[in-house]
This record gives sequence, structure tokens and C-alpha cells, in this order.
Amino acid sequence: MLAVCVAVHLATIIYAVQGGLTAAEILGRTRGNHAWLAFYSVFVVAVSVHAPIGLRAIFLEWLRWRGASRDIVLALFSAALAWMGMRAVFSVFI
Amino acid sequence: MKVSVWKGGAEGAFQEFEVPRLPSQTVLDVVTYIQRALDPTLAYRYACRVGMCGSCAMTVNGAPRWTCRTHVDKVVRDERLQIGPLKNLPVIRDLVTDMREFFDKWARAKGQFEGGRSKSDDFHAVRPDSANRLQVDAAIECIGCGVCYSACDVVAWNPDYLGPAALNRAWTLVKDERDGAKLERLRAVAGDAGCHSCHTHMSCTERCPKQLSPTASIAGLKREILKSVVRGEL
Repeated sequence: MLAVCVAVHLATIIYAVQGGLTAAEILGRTRGNHAWLAFYSVFVVAVSVHAPIGLRAIFLEWLRWRGASRDIVLALFSAALAWMGMRAVFSVFI
Repeated sequence: MKVSVWKGGAEGAFQEFEVPRLPSQTVLDVVTYIQRALDPTLAYRYACRVGMCGSCAMTVNGAPRWTCRTHVDKVVRDERLQIGPLKNLPVIRDLVTDMREFFDKWARAKGQFEGGRSKSDDFHAVRPDSANRLQVDAAIECIGCGVCYSACDVVAWNPDYLGPAALNRAWTLVKDERDGAKLERLRAVAGDAGCHSCHTHMSCTERCPKQLSPTASIAGLKREILKSVVRGEL
């Protein structure tokens, strides 16, 4: 799921950059666009789920961090990613 | 040639020995020469000395190998060799490790067959060319030598990790049509210490002296667990 999101996102930004679109032109196309809003919201949720799971293993392996404190910190990190991501999505697509 | 051999337990040091270089010499020959002619206190394990039992596994120049199947010519560098006990296991003395944890994890992964039939039932016919059996056969030849466990980065980083051998064996049983404990076994390998901790570094597959691929078995376990979760069984 995340791989698909990343591939689509990369293709889109390459298209926008190669196409020489200005920021205003990009926003003109994205604002009010419900399809892209939905897509990028899914992307944000996928990232917020995937990144903390990966970090959980790394925290154990490299910091020997275990237990409730690790999971609480990761839950907060997940919420932070979701908040930052949706804030960006809202400013671009709404 | 100069051979550095680990002497001691968890605390110890590499001791250097001068060993004659011979044609067609294995690392096990070298260790045996040292123990017989130079240092009778050297502790090491071997049994078959022909590449069947896996007892002689040690760390040779940093990599876990069967010493009876390792020609000195293949590993010697600048006429030097370094021989140590298998990594990721407690050292009892010199080149001998305590393998209890390795086998305990095998048991924790439910690496034991649980049949459902009695001797009054008919045989459970398993076609050797069936898809399931072919997958089992690809992984069944493991003799529990510990080389993969010793090579695994995740075992080094995560002391609870069940390890490639235990998970490989669990896979062969998950795919064994005769076994009755599939869900229990999947549960045993689905936790934090189980297959999901594998990072697919493939050190196990690279070093397995029987050319098995625990990585493929672990990937198979991940797929089976996903299937079971989707079906609502786990």
C-alpha cells in the first residue's frame, strides 16, 4: 500500500517539476480536488502506521528499549506524523 | 602459519600458535593439531569430521563455518587464521559454546511435529511432488548446527529473537499436511520474537552449509500468518 503511494507521489511530483508548474499553478489544481485529497489522506495514514512499527524494532535492537514506555512514545510519534501529514494535506487539497 | 585461537570463556583472549601448513588441510585439522601437539587444554567439538553432523561449527576469520569442510587454502590470509567459538552463544570454554538457548528457541517456535493419527488409522498419503511437500523438502535438511544462528544480525541485536533455524523448522511443520498444530505454531512465531523481526539480511542463507534458505522459510511464515489473520483464524 505504502509502496503504491510512494510510487504515485514520486510520479506526480516529477511530472509537476518537469512540467515547470509554479506553486500557484499546482495549488490551483489541487485545491478542492477530492480524489487527490483522499489519496494523500490514505498516504498520511499509511505512513503514520508504518514508520512507528519499523522504529519499534530499531529501538529494541539499537537502544535495547522495551516495554510500555517505548510503545507510548511511538504512539505519540504516530499521532505527530498523522497531525503533521493531515495539516499538509489540508493546506494543499482543501 | 600463525593461528589465533580463542582461549577462555566469555572473558579470554586469542592465543597465537605456529602450525605447519600442509596440502589439503582443513581448519579442523589445524585445531586438532593444536590440541594434540601444542596445547592439550584446548576445548573444541567435532564428531564425524566429514561434513554431516555440524558439531565442528566455529567462527573462522569472522564467519561461522563447519571447520571440517573448510579448507585452509580457502580462508587463510597472509598465512594467518583466526578461530573462535560460534557467535551469539555463551562460551563454555575456548571453542565450545552452550547451545541450550539455540534448542530452547527451537522448542519455543513449536518446532515439534504433532500428528493427529493413531496406529489404527490409515497412512496420511502425502504426494512428494505436491506443492506443500516440495516447500517442506526445500527446508527439511537442517541438522541444527547453529551456523545460521551465529551469522544472524538480529539474533545479535535482539536476544529474544527465535532465530533462523527455529523458524525454518517451524515453517517445515506449518507446510506439513500431517501436522495438527498449525495455528498454535503460527501464534508461537508471530510475536515480537518471531518471524516479523527478520530483516531479510540473508546472512543465514549465505552461510548455511546445507544450502538451505531460512530467509525463504521466514518469508513463508510471514505470508501464512497474513493469510491466517485475513481469514480470521489468528
